[in-house]
Amino acid sequence: MLSALLAMSGIAIALGAVLGFAAIKFRVEGNPLVDKIDAVLPQTQCGQCGFPGCKPYATAIAEGEADINKCPPGGEEGIQKLANLLGVDFKPFGGESIPKPKAVALIDESNCIGCTLCIQACPVDAIVGAAKQMHTIIAAECTGCELCVPPCPVDCITMQAIEESAANWKWKYPVYALTASK
Amino acid sequence: MRKLHQFHGGIHPPTNKAQSNQTPIVQANLPSKLTIPLHQHVGNSAVPAVEIGQHVLKGQLIGCAEGNLSSSVHASTSGMIAAIDKQLVANSSGLPELCITLIPDGRDEWIELDPCLDWLECTHSELRLKLRKAGVVGLGGAVFPSDMKLHASQQKIKTLVLNGAECEPYITCDDLLMRERAAEILEGAQIMRALLSTEEILIGIEDNKPEAISAMRAAVLEGKYQGIEVIAVPTVYPGGGAKQLIRVLTGIEVAAGVRSTNLGVQCFNVGTAYSTWRAIRFGEPLISRIVTVTGNVSHPQNFEVLIGTPMDELVAHAAPLNGTRYYIMGGPMMGVPMPSMQVGVIKATNCIIAASKEIFPPAQPALPCIRCTRCADACPAELQPQELYWFAKAKNFDKAEDYHLFDCIECGACSYVCPSNIPLVQYYRFAKSEIWAQEANQKAADTARERHEFRESRIEREKREKAEKLAAKEKAASAAKTQRTEQPPTLVKTDVNPEDTLQLKIQTAIDHAKEQAAAIKPLNTEQLTPAQQAQIDEIEAQRARIREMALAPVADHTKG
Repeated sequence: MLSALLAMSGIAIALGAVLGFAAIKFRVEGNPLVDKIDAVLPQTQCGQCGFPGCKPYATAIAEGEADINKCPPGGEEGIQKLANLLGVDFKPFGGESIPKPKAVALIDESNCIGCTLCIQACPVDAIVGAAKQMHTIIAAECTGCELCVPPCPVDCITMQAIEESAANWKWKYPVYALTASK
Repeated sequence: MRKLHQFHGGIHPPTNKAQSNQTPIVQANLPSKLTIPLHQHVGNSAVPAVEIGQHVLKGQLIGCAEGNLSSSVHASTSGMIAAIDKQLVANSSGLPELCITLIPDGRDEWIELDPCLDWLECTHSELRLKLRKAGVVGLGGAVFPSDMKLHASQQKIKTLVLNGAECEPYITCDDLLMRERAAEILEGAQIMRALLSTEEILIGIEDNKPEAISAMRAAVLEGKYQGIEVIAVPTVYPGGGAKQLIRVLTGIEVAAGVRSTNLGVQCFNVGTAYSTWRAIRFGEPLISRIVTVTGNVSHPQNFEVLIGTPMDELVAHAAPLNGTRYYIMGGPMMGVPMPSMQVGVIKATNCIIAASKEIFPPAQPALPCIRCTRCADACPAELQPQELYWFAKAKNFDKAEDYHLFDCIECGACSYVCPSNIPLVQYYRFAKSEIWAQEANQKAADTARERHEFRESRIEREKREKAEKLAAKEKAASAAKTQRTEQPPTLVKTDVNPEDTLQLKIQTAIDHAKEQAAAIKPLNTEQLTPAQQAQIDEIEAQRARIREMALAPVADHTKG
């Protein structure tokens, strides 16, 4: 009886020590789920979800504080991906969160007064300029978040929808007649 | 006799080649205008090198190659640049691209060329540069810049395959080129062989072109070439696909995601070999090519056509018949309908088929897939087209990639045999371009994340540095104060917060300014002459008077 008790408690102590060691040794910094969610988000950093950037939104989703349908730039595909990742049901966009066509900001350079306010607002450093110097957008880096539009004191920033061109054209989903044309 | 191998699948559609291969190549007349797109090749679009209104000579550079993977574009004849703008071009999107419009002056006057009498004296990099400057690209349809393919890689290239199979129905441009210009093709192949340091050259030609095979064989004998073999391969569509021809000639199977060069084989079209010879020997840029004009015309034949010639002007030479609805560029299997009949011939244009209702009846209605797997039997890439179809239709792109969607060469054999008339290739093209777009988006998102995180950390760092600077300053100030008053400092904070230190900073600044003001004396008030001193006194007295006047009540003044 005693030997059995000793053996069992010995095993328990040994396993406890192993688990305790593993918890310290293989400790994961941060929540890995946050990174997985963040990888799915489109990284526009626009704040349309109500959080100050994609990472905070990912954190909020991971903690169950936010819905998965709050990211208009991600589109319905984004919701679908989040739903698959989290094992929850697809949820359509509701209320004001409606996806818009992709766009990039454009500064009307003749009206820019060089106030640097848009540079401070840009979450991805996609605006070049200096105080009292004309600013311009690096279109390739612009995520289309629109955060530079409201701070501009002379309203010289507009959003230009990205039009389909031969360079970004995609083959369309096949659509064909169900009956032969005569 | 070389042992030939087989590839999986393949089909035997009616070849329809006899219509256009009966007459020799005809030089097409100078058109009324040339519309030359700047993006005719794989890679970056060329950049315009001319201005509107400029007069150019035949062969003059009008579009500079941009970046590593790009190609030059040249004026096809002498004339005036009328426009540089976006126009409809021969592409599958039907969307306009940047073109240079050239109005010929009729003189067809060449620019001074840089011929090379003995190319063996040139270094390999010189030869490659010549090809790049001449805008030579693959003429089999892929239009990949040839100089990029002619680098001797780390893996030794053992075999150079020249592709003269021309498996697609209707097209006969390579057939006629081989019949009429065999010697020049072989000379071009010699240059390619030297650049790649290969031993053998295998020229694969489908056995439905006996004239071409005998012409090429005669040229090999006549030129006493060593290590060049002209091989008749069985006529099976798509036997002219690079991977398929390599398989038939060498038995090497190019696996998924592997390049043939890694297996010691490089493949070029016979037309590319011809252009290579012209570019090196005569310095001629690629400004014309052989184009088959066939379909709904009464004289189907091959023309040597200037790049940029409007397709309708070209088809007019072949006596078009009524009832043509649109043009197809390429063959009936892989060709694409043109967005307009006026688009210019490009380097990739091997064939123009005038499509009428009789030749290309409207597609039969598509029926549901019955999983007969005839497509899998026909697929030359040994894929499972029916599975790919389901995945593409359901937009299940990950799964489609798992089933090696990107090994599909879009030959159309599957759609050809499909009893349900399903446009399978359209689904694969759709899925491929969606996957590419998704990859591009993911890349953009990753860059944005990186930039955002960098910005965050930079802001954080700037804040910290500011606080540290402030703390250091404050420490120094208080240390100085302690020294002066010889009293222990009353307020030294270690964890400094900008809000708290602001007040202190202002006070320190005021104190500092006061001290400075007290210390400073006007420098030029010493050693004054009595006259100057008197002047100063007078001015001081005046100032005192003015101060008094300003302080005195002004009410009387306004009334008076």
